Amino acid sequence: MSAARPVLNALEFKGRMLTVTVLRALEADLATLIDTLDRRLGEGAEMLRGLPMLLDLEALPDAAGFDLAGLVDACRSRGLSLIGVRDTGDAALAARVRDLGLSAVALTGEGGRKPAGRSRVESETAPSPAPVQAATSLLITQPVRSGQQVYARGGDLVVVASVSPGAEVLADGNIHIYGALRGRALAGVQGNAQARIFCRSLDPELISIAGHYRLSEQVTDEERGRSVQVRLDGETLRVEPL
Amino acid sequence: MAKIVVVTSGKGGVGKTTTSAAIATGLAQAGHRTAVIDFDVGLRNLDLIMGCERRVVYDFVNVIHGDANLKQALIKDKRVDDLYILPASQTRDKDALTQEGVERVLQELSADFDYIICDSPAGIERGALMAAYFADEAIVVTNPEVSSVRDSDRILGILSSKTRRAEQGEPTIPGRLLLTRYAPERVERGEMLSVDDVREILAVDLLGVIPESKAVLSASNAGVPVIMDVESDAGQAYQDAVARFLGEDRPHRFLTVPKKGLLGRLFGG
Repeated sequence: MSAARPVLNALEFKGRMLTVTVLRALEADLATLIDTLDRRLGEGAEMLRGLPMLLDLEALPDAAGFDLAGLVDACRSRGLSLIGVRDTGDAALAARVRDLGLSAVALTGEGGRKPAGRSRVESETAPSPAPVQAATSLLITQPVRSGQQVYARGGDLVVVASVSPGAEVLADGNIHIYGALRGRALAGVQGNAQARIFCRSLDPELISIAGHYRLSEQVTDEERGRSVQVRLDGETLRVEPL
Repeated sequence: MAKIVVVTSGKGGVGKTTTSAAIATGLAQAGHRTAVIDFDVGLRNLDLIMGCERRVVYDFVNVIHGDANLKQALIKDKRVDDLYILPASQTRDKDALTQEGVERVLQELSADFDYIICDSPAGIERGALMAAYFADEAIVVTNPEVSSVRDSDRILGILSSKTRRAEQGEPTIPGRLLLTRYAPERVERGEMLSVDDVREILAVDLLGVIPESKAVLSASNAGVPVIMDVESDAGQAYQDAVARFLGEDRPHRFLTVPKKGLLGRLFGG
């Protein structure tokens, strides 16, 4: 009976990283803003259309008195897809944002939204990074084992061991593995196309830079087991021997 | 204070209970007072392997719930002095293992024993976590095949993050690898991972390699820990492993295909 068909799988929740263009208003006068917007779009910023965009009013001295509705209308009529307005903690502004059918969005790493220890998702394998270390890189000295996930938020990840099958390492910046990469490695997860992956022996389940990925079966026999770097060339992942 | 050792693997059927029985027996034979606890509540097997299934009155869960004291529940082994078995309950499930209860039982045993061997159930759920939580050392039992190796890797990760030692920021448990059901001739034919392959992936010390052996099944069915079958290769390999566990340096045996003698070659034996 088609009426009794189970619909348990009709929806799926998935976590995805998304690069967002932030549109910062530096001037409170609506006419000036629209003027500038038209000029920038006329200059060939055509690719901005359709990109998810976040409006940021933080630089405005008087965000409360600003004609938010006017700017949102102007953006929408020019084909810009606004997904929200940056949350500055101003409740009145947040209410106006919601009235316009948008969301007040906190940027990651801001305010109290970020749960403690998010940069190390599950793995507690390695001792805490030494205090002298730069806050933007994460050093792991133990093997990253199956089922563990390590994320270097905002910087590079250095693993002085191997990454096992079933393990996942992620970084906003580069990933350096001074051992074998047998699990998944995702560099530049926030969209940094310049990020690279370095490893002593390449045998991955998946490699990805800024969302461009390659699966294990797409790794050739010549590349496998070698000491390599992986970089993004346009839309293609290049695996080069070191 | 006793040393608490968890025997674990992630995957089922790789030889955790066989190993727990063998190691516990070996330690007791070496003169250490040893208790071995079955954490596989609901799927009790250790009593069968140890051959004491007819003498189970009270079990681990009874002690946790205070229905019996340890003295009533511990079963003394008839063959080896200083060896005691604490069986699991067959009628309950893993939820009966409370952290406070397990801690209390282990504390009480610690006062009286040198070694406590915790025979972990398969999986990474409550039973396995409880068996590992209070451990000072871990023996990770692995078969030379990819799924077992991956599961062992997962367990090693859990040992380094979800035990009391890890939570208190102490040095994490030194997990040691025990490779079981090893068949050198299949390794030579490329059908099985080699010791070196497994060691490279898991990156832990090797406690021992137990060869695939008919002696293991017969010992299980007879209710005699295989380490007591001193004629068998598996029994000798377990004795080596116990000696290494106690700090002795012994070379690994049974890693290569034994060379056939003249008669064997003539008759194809």
